[in-house]
Amino acid sequence: MRRASAIIVLLLVFIANAWAQAGELRLCLHAEPKTFNPIQVVDEPSETIRYLTGGVLLRVNRTTQQLQPELATSWRVSKDGRTITFRLRDHIYFSDGTPFSSADVEYTVKQMMDPAAHSPTGDAFRSGPGDVITNVISPTEISITFPAPVASLDRQFDQVAIMSAHSPKKELAVLGPFYLADYKPGAYVLLNRNPNYWKKDASGRQLPYLNSIRLEVQPNRDIETLELRRGDIDLINSIDAESYDKLNAAAPQLTHDSGQSFDTEQMWFNQVAKAPVPDYKKAWFRSTAFRRAVSEAINRSDLCRIAFLGRATPAIGPVSPANHFWFNAKLVPISYDPAAALTQLQGDGFRKEGGTLEDRAGNPVEFSIVTNAGNKYRERMATMIQQDLAKLGMKVNVVPLDFPSLIERITQTFNYEAVLLGLTNVDWDPNGQMNVWLSSSENHQWNPKEAAPETPWEAQLDRLVRAQAQSMDPKKRKQYFDQVQEIVYDHAPFIYLVNKNALSAYSTSLTGMQPSVLRPQTYWNIETIAKR
Amino acid sequence: MKVARAIAVAVLLVVSLCALFAGKLSSPDYAFQYREVPDAAPSSAHLLGTDDLGRDRLSRTLYGTRISLSLAPIAALISISLASLIGGLAGFLGGWPERITMAVTDLFLCLPWLFLLLIARSLLPLNAAPLTSVLITFLTLGLLGWAAAARVICTEAREFRTSDILLQARATGQHGWRLLTMQFVPRLRPVLFAQFLISIPVFILSEANLGILGMGVAEPLPSWGSSLRELESFSSFSGEWWKLVPFTLLVLVVVSFQVLLSREEISL
Repeated sequence: MRRASAIIVLLLVFIANAWAQAGELRLCLHAEPKTFNPIQVVDEPSETIRYLTGGVLLRVNRTTQQLQPELATSWRVSKDGRTITFRLRDHIYFSDGTPFSSADVEYTVKQMMDPAAHSPTGDAFRSGPGDVITNVISPTEISITFPAPVASLDRQFDQVAIMSAHSPKKELAVLGPFYLADYKPGAYVLLNRNPNYWKKDASGRQLPYLNSIRLEVQPNRDIETLELRRGDIDLINSIDAESYDKLNAAAPQLTHDSGQSFDTEQMWFNQVAKAPVPDYKKAWFRSTAFRRAVSEAINRSDLCRIAFLGRATPAIGPVSPANHFWFNAKLVPISYDPAAALTQLQGDGFRKEGGTLEDRAGNPVEFSIVTNAGNKYRERMATMIQQDLAKLGMKVNVVPLDFPSLIERITQTFNYEAVLLGLTNVDWDPNGQMNVWLSSSENHQWNPKEAAPETPWEAQLDRLVRAQAQSMDPKKRKQYFDQVQEIVYDHAPFIYLVNKNALSAYSTSLTGMQPSVLRPQTYWNIETIAKR
Repeated sequence: MKVARAIAVAVLLVVSLCALFAGKLSSPDYAFQYREVPDAAPSSAHLLGTDDLGRDRLSRTLYGTRISLSLAPIAALISISLASLIGGLAGFLGGWPERITMAVTDLFLCLPWLFLLLIARSLLPLNAAPLTSVLITFLTLGLLGWAAAARVICTEAREFRTSDILLQARATGQHGWRLLTMQFVPRLRPVLFAQFLISIPVFILSEANLGILGMGVAEPLPSWGSSLRELESFSSFSGEWWKLVPFTLLVLVVVSFQVLLSREEISL
């Protein structure tokens, strides 16, 4: 009898353990999370944890790219774009049991907008000088007024995880599907299912389906891929083209290509007036004909096929065609045409003498492209561009630099000629690119912090970007930003090269997966993902 | 051991000849990208296949060998010259000059040389021609690589300073320059030669390390370091033996140098 009881107990323990394993999703963080405070998130690991634990008022559906209600049942943005009013769900509790009300929203907004907090999340809402006014109308209704209009005000709340005003656990009390249960620095972060999570599925079952998520700190991407193949982890949210191809060859059932992503790879020429670059070179770099000729002489299809192993698409402009609403469909792909490029250069006073391109004054066209060392895709692209531009008679020197040196050159000393880098677009809305297009901005990379726009087209860019940011009418905003894209297309301050594909890999034991091109690509619908 | 030495010499000779006649043995254009056949397996057109950009791998390996094998000895020569000057002088003089010099040498040995190289590389003019950047890379390697050899040379010089041979030489009236050239340099010559030979593979490997980081020889020039980058991914060479050729060459050359250095074989 005793032996039978022992066997039954052991069996139960085994079943319980197996059930717990089945309900645990495992994936890797590529670095240590820098913070668990949702308003202080700047790094990707912290962003992952915020997404999985934070409850938000509104969420952008990553497949439809539309806003959907979460903790707010409805919302209204005022005509002047300064005020947003939320009606909140009732009977919602934080993970520690503290009740949720409009006071928590007020607390979160105040924390986020406190200048002393230096919150990166709050930066997106800082549209002008002045204080943010919150008005708690009732426990389930609140209005927030910003000092100046904030473009896409409602969409910005996708990033705002609501914190508890009263919980003794402070930011560790959460409204999302999981809460932080354990953290061992350098090893893992364990998130457990939030027992108070408010969502239920269509059949009335409490969400999320998973019991826990184990995030292992693993900076090595090769080991991460190996772990997926061994079944030690369940998914890789974003995987590079080379690893994807290898994995695809060995275990095609694990890989998923969601197609063209929002991310761009681009090069640009240094147009900074005070840059320590010879004047005759500055004249080339400031010439639209020169930049457009370089753009037309680059074989983008080859870059996609060879450098990215076919897992990328030739880029057209600053907005990826994957961004269905904002992409300007009138723009046509830039054709690879070295002959037309040479004609264009000849029209600008350049001439090809004995295989070398020379400018009006007889200076041979030679410049360097810097990129970050260790990024094999960019190094490959730069080497391919070197050969493409050699056909025009241009001599290009490829210089991989360590990242800090590169950033110092492009942001402080401006001691560079051309640079090849990428831009990760996490935001669906072009408002996130304001700091790139405004001529006065530090991130106006080809010529930062201009006292006044140095070219008529940059002045026009300034006007259009500001107009779209101030308009609350989506149609008008689209019209303005279409024009921004056309100017960038015509003047090529950035030479857009490719849009990488959104590649991911996940175990076949996962159900409910709906990979998207928007971050976080694979687990954006975490509450409805289950593990068999 | 004589057989091993003969094999080592033969290997180095064959590799050097292949590098010297790279243009005859393979396509002379090591940089051209045959974009229709990237990452191809060996064929009659490309005996070792092509790299990820479609460049002829045989041609790049041979030209890379030429660069690595010709410039590493130059870097070794620079480094041994510095080491003999610093270490030899310190050991010969003894006393506080030796103590101070060795303290500086120890400090130099503690420096993270890889980061120094990265800094030096990032300070180069951006439009330096690839060949210039290669020369500067190896020159920097040479200038930074003297410290370990200096310690060995200093020890040897100290032993000589306290030896009876020196006393006898002085007793016979040898002083100054004559003492240096007639006694000191001949005595140090075996150790200088050994250190020179030791340094060559060290510099080859250093360039390879820099190349793996993407900071070595600039594109489109090939080198063993840039060729070895293909192997950085753990599964990239499974079943593709041709990708191991640069690595095999590197191992063969380094081992050959090591064999040449075996104590029994240095009979100078």
